[in-house]
This record gives sequence, structure tokens and C-alpha cells, in this order.
Amino acid sequence: MAPTGKDGRGRRRDVAVIGVGMTRFGELWDRSFRDLMTEAGAKAIDDAGISGDDIDAVYLGSMSAGRFIGQEHIAPLMIDSAGLSDRHIPATRVEAACASGGVAFKEAVTSVAAGVNDIIVVGGVEKMTDISGDDATETLATAADQEWEGFFGANFPGLYAMMARRHMHEYGTTREQMAEVAVKNHANACLNPHAQFKKKLTVEQVLNSTMVAEPLTLMDCSPISDGAAAVVICPLERAHEFTRNKVRVAGIGHATDTLALHNRRDICTMDAVVAASSRAYSQAGIGPCDVDFAEVHDCFTITEILAIEDLGFFKKGQGGNATADGITARDGQIPINVSGGLKGKGHPVGSSGIAQIIELALQLRGDAGKRQVADARYGLAHNVGGSGATAVVSILEGSQ
Amino acid sequence: MSAPGYWREIPQRYNLLASRCGVCGDVDFPPRVMCQKCRRESIGRMERVGLSGRGNIVTYSILHTGMPAFSDQKPYVIAIIETEEGPRLTAQIVDCRHDDVKIGANVKSVFRKVNEDGKEGIISYGYKFTLVKE
Amino acid sequence: MNNASGIVSYGYNVPRYRIRAEEIARVWGADGKRISKGLNVIEKSVPGIDEDTATISVEAARMALKRRGIDGKRVGAIFVGSESHPYAVKPTGTIVGEAICASPEFYCADLEFACKAGTAAMQIVHSMVMSGMIEYGLAIGADTSQAAPGDTLEYTASAGGAAFIFGKEGVIANLNTTASFTTDTPDFWRREGAHYPSHGGRFTGEPAYFKHTQGAARMLMEKIGTTPSDYDYAVFHQPNGKFPLEVGRMLGFEKKQLDTGLLSPLIGNTYSGASPLGLCAILDEAKEGQRIFMTSYGSGAGSDAFDFTVTGEIGKVDRKKTLREMIADCERVDYAIYSKMREKLRRD
Repeated sequence: MAPTGKDGRGRRRDVAVIGVGMTRFGELWDRSFRDLMTEAGAKAIDDAGISGDDIDAVYLGSMSAGRFIGQEHIAPLMIDSAGLSDRHIPATRVEAACASGGVAFKEAVTSVAAGVNDIIVVGGVEKMTDISGDDATETLATAADQEWEGFFGANFPGLYAMMARRHMHEYGTTREQMAEVAVKNHANACLNPHAQFKKKLTVEQVLNSTMVAEPLTLMDCSPISDGAAAVVICPLERAHEFTRNKVRVAGIGHATDTLALHNRRDICTMDAVVAASSRAYSQAGIGPCDVDFAEVHDCFTITEILAIEDLGFFKKGQGGNATADGITARDGQIPINVSGGLKGKGHPVGSSGIAQIIELALQLRGDAGKRQVADARYGLAHNVGGSGATAVVSILEGSQ
Repeated sequence: MSAPGYWREIPQRYNLLASRCGVCGDVDFPPRVMCQKCRRESIGRMERVGLSGRGNIVTYSILHTGMPAFSDQKPYVIAIIETEEGPRLTAQIVDCRHDDVKIGANVKSVFRKVNEDGKEGIISYGYKFTLVKE
Repeated sequence: MNNASGIVSYGYNVPRYRIRAEEIARVWGADGKRISKGLNVIEKSVPGIDEDTATISVEAARMALKRRGIDGKRVGAIFVGSESHPYAVKPTGTIVGEAICASPEFYCADLEFACKAGTAAMQIVHSMVMSGMIEYGLAIGADTSQAAPGDTLEYTASAGGAAFIFGKEGVIANLNTTASFTTDTPDFWRREGAHYPSHGGRFTGEPAYFKHTQGAARMLMEKIGTTPSDYDYAVFHQPNGKFPLEVGRMLGFEKKQLDTGLLSPLIGNTYSGASPLGLCAILDEAKEGQRIFMTSYGSGAGSDAFDFTVTGEIGKVDRKKTLREMIADCERVDYAIYSKMREKLRRD
């Protein structure tokens, strides 16, 4: 269908994902930023069956290469590392905190849809372990309001813990329900060869792990990770030239909200997610009940609960119950984070949005191996920046 | 924290200076140059007002691994506070038993050292909050 | 009496953490009970990690302004006396001025005279009010004093401060007379760059504290022809709980005149805040017509003596909450936490 809606203005062509590639996520001590980007990009190009010479443009999502590895100007670096500098390919770096990957994908899709470019490689990358844990905490905190949150001592676990506390207060969500998110996502990650964690968890282990920001423990938090991910997109009408594995981009919504959590209309609702998903559903011409599975931004367990409510899968306040009831399990009604999510798979922040797109593509192509969900037509990716100041919701449709 | 960056925010950080729209009367903290409702109509009509420093806790967390600059205070309490004038802000709750921190608890602002740029740099002062004893 | 000046309002701040003298003695292998009894200090106040002389000064100043509804803009001078200003170079007074909205039109400088810098600030703003230079002046004595680990001073060096607004209108305590007794006596000092002070041990007693405190007290009483029995209350600098009682006895004051203002058994030696806080405790209960005698002492050395008369205006001051209540609301810490709070642990 012809895309419509706020983000669809001016879109003339349908867009397809024709190739995907990613590195393993984790503490990759022996791999550099350049190694990671090159590996993911080469795999995606290979998967798409194209050559470097076919690439019209590159988009690269990265939150804070400047602070994590002291390197800015990374878009040309990606081209250079891939050995394509003599092609003089236009390359653009996109930053939207942890939604950098998702926004890079949206910008790339917009460019192809608008007819500006045909074949785009869009990647996401973060090398987070070259600096100390304290420095990483401070770097991540720059995605919150530095002047009015970070300055006063709030970090990301703290901000999400405050959402969790309020959600518990308003809706009776329990610590155990939040822990179930981690248990489920770790179980899923065990089936994902690229995941950082291959270790099952129990609710007790989550509850009894080190307290980070009450009520969240260490096992409620996604880890600090290295990794890169890339996809190749092209106009849907040209996809057959390269692959039979095409997946259509049915809709993308992108929205923003106040940078500081305290200025939001409701602490327990990410209005940016509501707006972005409404735009994406409208473009795709579907509703939440048509979505067969989703990859959501579970940077903390509470974030997944908020996500599945704000995306319309469950009523506000029901996310915790739904999780505990197994509705979001791999074999549930609406599998959430079959890849393991950010929690189990790892969260190299700029890469996460692209890794979600990869999971949707693999599932919709039937290439997800042991974690394959059955009979899926629509998959949804939900990528959040900061405490919800940026949200990107992408809906992909399989062709099988 | 750079000296100019700190200096620029002194009125807000020391005295909770907010803005009030001269058109609709909405109060914003930190002050805005333009009202979110009245937008351009409000330019040049934003007045400065001080918040009383009284409010209540909307939500909170006790941080056991906090921002590096606050590590000597661990575990410390961070809260979103709704001021009695309306605007919300994020601040530490200090001088309290952690068990006494509750959603809805009344708080008032105090003047504290928030941060320092090492032992040789600028000391940043600003607001924190304490529980109001009934 | 249009050039009369006095205290229009007062405010105070004492950090809520305490460490007991016995706990300090335990760490250094000393007889805690004997030391505690000998010094007449049960415990001392400890500033939180986020408290310093500037924060204590601001809180005390804001309390003083608020309880009389005085707009900070009317404060024409701010003098903060302390031996622990947060910056070696950069005034504490400017932080206070900005935090009470006095900026930019006010006279300001920081003072240092060991434990009597706060009373020196009172003399300065009092003079400025009398001369008509300013309408209101703010004098603050505050400290977060440091003592070397294991030093005798560690049992007492504490934190707190008091702020006084001087003016001509709405005076609650007239400052009748003040006198100072000053010599060059090196009983206690801290060199530039040194973290902890040094002192002359027993030399800080007879030729220093006692000589100067008695000198200023006698000078003032001779000047105006009063005797100890003319006063309802007396407060002396209180480096511990023993010296002020002793000097009071030497001068002829009775213990009951000293009890109200004697805070050091509960909070230790707040240095520049010590006698000013004692004065606050007295003002918390004083009635119209009562007379207060105060003498500070600062090492180096000097003493400032004051004679106040409480006026009927005291009834207009909100005194529902008292300094003693603030002191009672405290939390005890052990030596390990105290060491962290006072940044005594080496980390480089």
C-alpha cells in the first residue's frame, strides 16, 4: 500500500530490507570499533547479494563514539574501514541516544522511499567497553537532561527505577512481574548465537541480585556491550534483483518528547512511543492486534512492560500481568523479544535499533533458527532514546 | 562543570527561579523564553518568579550505583518532585531515613553542595530536598 | 537613639550527623569516658558530604530572613566569618548574597579570625547599620572545622553556623556595647595549604583562651559599669564544655546564666559558629528586658565582648522551632562513616 501519515509524507516508493548482518554482542575485548563496523557491514552486504559498488549511501547510528572511543566523524570512517573510500559514498552519522540505530534506519528508509537513493547500507555501532564503568555511566547519562537530571545525581537506572516505582504505585505491578521480563529474555537469548548472555535466570536470581536503583536490581538492567549491526535496504520493486529474502517496511513512526522525565505528561506512559506507534500503525494500515511479534527496547525490565502497554498490546497497567502470564513468551500470544532483547542479547546502544530490525527480518524470512516464531506476517520494532525523549517504531511485513 | 556553565544557572539552582507566562500564567521551571502553550505570543512577556521550594514526591528511587560524582553518598535518594506552583523537577532527598521516603511525602528545598569539579575546580551549589516533618 | 542598631533576626544551622567522643576515643585507644567527661563533650556535629560553610551560612541566613519576612534585597552587607571557607580564594559571602537574592548591591568580604570571625562580622555590620551605610546587614559565623586524626581537637572540631541580621527597625536585641581584646598570640594556626591546624596544646588555655576572654569581658563591663549579676544570660566561646563554665566562674557568672547558651556538650566546637549559636539558643527563649552577655574567642588571638538587651519585638519572631530541637534531631555515625564524610580517607 502507499504509505500515508505524518512520517509517510512524500514517500513514493515501498522499501524492502534485503540483507542483514551483525557481530556477536558482548564484551569484545579484542575487537575495535572499526572491526565491528566492518564485520557487520560486510555480512549485510553479503546477505543482500550486492557488491560494495552498488551502495548509493550509508547511514550509521551511534550514540557517543566521541566519548566511548574518543572518535567523532565516524561515518566516513565506516566507509574507509570497509575499503570503499575510493567510491566516495555519501555517509551520514545519526545520533538519537539509544535510538540512534532506529532513527538511522528511519532516515535511510525515508531516503529510499523519496527516490533519492536506491541501495543504502544502514548500520548501528557502539564500542562501550574501552572506558571504565563509571565513564560509561556518565556517557549514557548524557542522553538524559544533563543540566536538570544528571547534574542532580540521576542516572538511567535511577530514571527508569522512578518509572517502575510509579508503575508499581499506580497499577500494582510487582517486582516479580518485572523479574519475569528478565527471565523470559534470558531464556530467549540462550537460543540466539549473537547474544551476550547464554544463561537462564530465575525470578529469585533477579530479585536477589545486586541492588542498582530501587526497585531495580542488576538483573533488571541491560548490560554494557560492544557490537555492530547493519541492514541493506532498497526499493521494494528492485528487491528481486538481489534476493528472494525481501521483507517490506510497512510503516515507521518517529516521535519525540521532553528530554527530562519529570516534564512528561505521565511518568508511566511514554507519549513518544504512543505517537510513534500510532504513526507506524497508520502507515502500515494495521493495528496492535495484527502484530505477530515484537522486539522492544528492554533497556530495563520495566521498559518492556511500559512498551507493551504503550504499543497497544495491553491496557495500561496490564503489562506486568501479561508478562507473568506468559503471553509475551516465545510461544505466547504475542512473543516479545524473541532475540533475547537488549537484556539478554546485549545493548551496544547505537546498534540496538538495527539489531531489532535484523531480528524482525530473520523471523519474517524464516531464518531465525531455533527461536523461529510460527506464521508471522507482521513484526514490530520499538527503539527508545533516553528515558523516552525519542521513540522509533518500525513495522516490517514478510513476503511469505 | 565549566565555570560559565555553572554561573549561568545560579539563579535557578540557588533560588528555584522559574518563569511565568504573562499571557496564560503557566509556570515553568527551569525558566523558558517562550511558553509552551502561547508560544510566540509569549515572547517578551515571560516573567521571572521564584518557587517556594515546597512540594511533594511523585516518584523516587534509592540509587546504590549512582552517578560517579555522588558515589560517596551511596545509597542516595533521587526523586521527581512536584512543586506547589506546578512545575516538576528532579532532585536528591537528603537528611532522611530512607524508609520515610514515600510517594506523596511533603518536601522542602535546602541549599547544598551538589557537585564539585575535583578538589581544585568549581564547587557547584544548588537545591536538594528534605522531608517535611508533620 | 536613631543610630541604635541591634539584632533584628537570627537563624542557625547545625548538620544532623553526630559522632560521640567515646567513639573517637575507641579508635585511638583512649579512655573515652574520661575524655568525654574531661571535655564535657558527649558528641559533636559532623557535616554531611554535601555541606560546607557556604551551605550552612545560606541555610542560617535564609532562616533569619524568613522569620521576619525580610526581603534579601534590603540586605546591604554580608560578612561571613569562618576558618573553613570552601575556597581559599573566592568569597563565601557572594554565594550567600546570591542565595538570598541580595545581589548585586551589597558590601561583602569574608573574614577569618579562627573562632571569632563570626563575632567580628557582627561588629562590622553593626557599625555599618549605625553609620547609616546600610539598612540591614548580615553577619554570619559558620565553620566545618577539620582536626587531624588522633589529635585532641578531633573530639570537638565540629560544624554549624549562625546568622544575624542587624538593623535599626524591628530590633529584637539591642547591641548596647561591644569591646575587643586583641594580641598576637600563636596558640593555634593553620598555614596556607595545610589541611589540618596545629596548636600549642596547653598553651591554648591560660595565656590564650582565658586571658583574652576575661580581658574582653572585663573591658566591656568596666566600660559600662556592669557586673555579672546584671545579666540574665551569658555565653562564651565554647571550644569544649569545660572552658566556658570555667571562664564564667572566674568572671563571677553563675552556672544557670550559662546553661542556656552552652551547646558544646551536644555539638562540640563549631568554631566561628560557637558563641553565635549559643546566642541563638538564648534568643530562642529570651524575654523582653532581659540582658545577654556574650564573649567570643579566636585563636591568634582575640575576644569580642557584647552586651545586648532583649526588646518587646522578640514576641513578633516565630520561635516555634528552636535550635535545641534542631540539635536533637540527629543521626549518629561511627568513625568509619565520619572518616568518609570528612574526606579523611586517602584515595590517590
